[in-house]
Amino acid sequence: MTMNKYPQTFTDETRLADEPILTVKDLGVDFNVENTWMMAAEGVSYDIHPGEILAIVGESGSGKSMSSMALLGLLPRNGRSTGSARLLGQELIGASQSKLRKIRGNDIAMIFQEPMTALNPVLTVGEQIKEVIEQHTEASPARAKERAVELLRMVEIPDPEQRYESFPHQFSGGQRQRAMIAIALANDPILLIADEPTTALDVTVQAEVLELLRKLNRRLNSAVLLITHDMGVVADLADRVVVMEQGKIVETAPAKALFASPREPYTRRLLDAVPHLGSRVGGVLVDVEVVDGALQIHERYAETDRLRRQEHHDAGTVPALELANVDIAYPGRFRHPPTKVVHDVSFTINPGEVMGLVGESGSGKSTIARAVTGLLKTSAGRVSIAGTDITRLTTRQLLPLRKKFAIVFQDPAASLNPRLSIGDSIGEPLYLHEKLSRTALNKRVEALLEDVHLPVHFRNRYPHELSGGQRQRVGIARALSLRPSLLVADEPTSALDVSVQSKVLALLQELQREQGFACLFVSHDLAVVELLASHIAVLREGHMVEQGSTEQVLLHPQAAYTRKLLAAAPVPDPDEQAIRRNQRLALLGAGAAG
Amino acid sequence: MDKHTNSDSRARLELAERNLQTQDTEISTSGPTLDQVDQARNSGAGSAPRNTEAKSQGRLIRERFFHHRGALAGMALLALIIILAFSSIGFAGIPGWWDKEYDVLADRFNEGKPTLSLWPFSLGEHPFGQDVLGRDYFALTMRGIQTSLIIAFIVGMVGTAIGTLIGAVAGYFRGWTEAVLMRFTDVVITIPTLVIAAVMAGIVARSGIIPFAVFLGLISWTGLARIVRGEFLSLREKEFVESAKSVGAKSARIIVRHILPNTVGVIIVSATLAISGAILLETALSFLGLGVKAPDTSLGKAINDNRSALTTRPWLFLWPGVFIVAIALAVNFIGDGLRDAFDPKQTRVKQ
Repeated sequence: MTMNKYPQTFTDETRLADEPILTVKDLGVDFNVENTWMMAAEGVSYDIHPGEILAIVGESGSGKSMSSMALLGLLPRNGRSTGSARLLGQELIGASQSKLRKIRGNDIAMIFQEPMTALNPVLTVGEQIKEVIEQHTEASPARAKERAVELLRMVEIPDPEQRYESFPHQFSGGQRQRAMIAIALANDPILLIADEPTTALDVTVQAEVLELLRKLNRRLNSAVLLITHDMGVVADLADRVVVMEQGKIVETAPAKALFASPREPYTRRLLDAVPHLGSRVGGVLVDVEVVDGALQIHERYAETDRLRRQEHHDAGTVPALELANVDIAYPGRFRHPPTKVVHDVSFTINPGEVMGLVGESGSGKSTIARAVTGLLKTSAGRVSIAGTDITRLTTRQLLPLRKKFAIVFQDPAASLNPRLSIGDSIGEPLYLHEKLSRTALNKRVEALLEDVHLPVHFRNRYPHELSGGQRQRVGIARALSLRPSLLVADEPTSALDVSVQSKVLALLQELQREQGFACLFVSHDLAVVELLASHIAVLREGHMVEQGSTEQVLLHPQAAYTRKLLAAAPVPDPDEQAIRRNQRLALLGAGAAG
Repeated sequence: MDKHTNSDSRARLELAERNLQTQDTEISTSGPTLDQVDQARNSGAGSAPRNTEAKSQGRLIRERFFHHRGALAGMALLALIIILAFSSIGFAGIPGWWDKEYDVLADRFNEGKPTLSLWPFSLGEHPFGQDVLGRDYFALTMRGIQTSLIIAFIVGMVGTAIGTLIGAVAGYFRGWTEAVLMRFTDVVITIPTLVIAAVMAGIVARSGIIPFAVFLGLISWTGLARIVRGEFLSLREKEFVESAKSVGAKSARIIVRHILPNTVGVIIVSATLAISGAILLETALSFLGLGVKAPDTSLGKAINDNRSALTTRPWLFLWPGVFIVAIALAVNFIGDGLRDAFDPKQTRVKQ
């Protein structure tokens, strides 16, 4: 069944090139907050042509989502939109809700960021696809089901006939996003709006979903409006890019031109802030050239690394952190065996070294970070901090040792007590361990705030009065207040915008250089880890897959999984990304063959 | 505004984040140091003088509380009532400025009608009138306020303290501690208040209102314990609690300094309700003859004693009623102010 509603548009080659599908002119969005109209976006203008992928890039608060929601009339009740947006000549701004309802899901479809919340948990995935088809067409139930299965096959879900009956929770995160894409494509939309479609996904899954989107875009010739903050995703997918800042368009350019020579200073800053995988060690996966299915592995780096470790050992250096055969299990409920999440993990961090712990969600990397700081019990093995095994210590015995390590959490909003002022939060470890007087404590807090480049008057503020980056600075100041010899950073920048992330990372690097603490840096982002870490350990499903120096792991990874992970991470450079895409496909092919 | 908090929360967040971000870039590009801030302060260049001095948590809360008009009005009203009640007829043997006793029978003057006149202001012989037995109703009402306030506050404090303690310990430690404490709570809930009160009536008659109030407190903490436990269960999983644990804070410190302040809103609302509830509970028990005993009186008892006189002598009903409403309102306003003072997000001072 062909569902093209505008066949003349697509068959007429000349029109295809000239006529944009969507013309947005001078679109503005305002919100009424406490009786004043606040601008969320203004003067937004762009065109989308058939078959084109247009990316709108911006950091949080840039108005990129809101200006797209306005197209579909999905603004919150206190919002209003002005200007014009024409979909094939049809005005969308100010159109009645009933008219927009017909357009939504039929001509324009949306893919949301969080596939778990966007799918209804009590209906099977198949039914949800079928429902969309039945709502907008006259198809019989049997016909609609056939089409739903066909769609599931199109988004490459294995066994679509059986999976039709599955519920959302039986799908993995990537499959759920595929199902969402199937729903979006159900009625052959002429425009697909993808709002951060891969942000909630792991890199390897993200690469697959992006691959799917590219394939579908080519095949269906529908236009895609991609809203994202991730320059890597843009480089991978987009034809043209619109950069937004504070509600206004900064620059519009073809993707290649934008990455090669950004015109505006803001774009340049944004691109510079994006950590580029391979920038420090000079490339990644250099030995992965698939010659007759055989992979070349350089042993040189592994050897030098082993020698250096031996040296440290001979010199009698006490490692800042040593994990030996650590198992971690979450206690089972009644009659259920405990769930083991970390299996036999061993690694060593010497004083002053930064070890990056990398893995996808569910790899147990955060669990290890918590075990190292004594927040979780290990079920077997040894965790030594500066030569003392902390797994056998009682809480009381552990207390003096707590001065030696500190943790920075992922979500700076959740890791600061909302009812404590910033000064009190930072001063707490000092108060607990050094029993300082009020004035001495205040002095130290002042010094710490200056260390993390925050103005001193911030100490009377509360967490909600600070932006994400500032909160994370506070988190770092608190962690470093006792001058620990080991800092555990659990995804400290993954909740931040890129420009803020680069500043926080620079701060961490600077402090690490000054104070020389060892650091266990947990992250899912290889590019970030590369910037900081001298060593990298790769985890997968609780098992240590590979570890070694940063150069060794990035340039000459030995484990197939590491290679896959490296190949999947998008790079903010369209040309390089194209090469890496092929590399990834070759690797996957080699993996399947081997 | 409450109508669509859900729908516009996203927009609100984005806008808030954007405002904060401009702050962020300002700071990270310029990175003002102590000196710079001082300079800015001295030259007065900043939009508002910024305070670099450290303020203690208590001081910040006090400042916010004393900027809350409702709370101040509530405080003033309650203080006025307390001063009036305790200074007029005296308390615990200390004589007051009012010359009549609440338990002395006298001839009825002017059919017991109130002699209070506001313009020109004069109290007259019996400003609130006299009851059927000829007792001065002003003295009686003042005595009633004293009793009711004492009972209400003791019940509020005892109930809140026990409820918070049990809820906090159960919610924070979980495991068997929680099981034991919550089953105990369930048992207390199942005990009918009136039956226990009837059993305890003898003790109350012998030893006065304070043991009676403590006893009421001992059975009215269950609701709060459950609420506090629920709050603790969710808060103990938050990262800021983990981060406090990771620096070696002891359980007591985590409970008191980190989790409890985040539950203060719930606790205070609950405490103010408990105080108004205690006045009503005391009224009900006194009505059944299980609470305050004659010749002593309370506001609830005064209303009950004179409930048949509503049509003939409405003032006997009016005065205690006015004071019950006034006390309850004042307590609720103060509670409102305290809740906002403990909530740092409440930056805007309410009118």
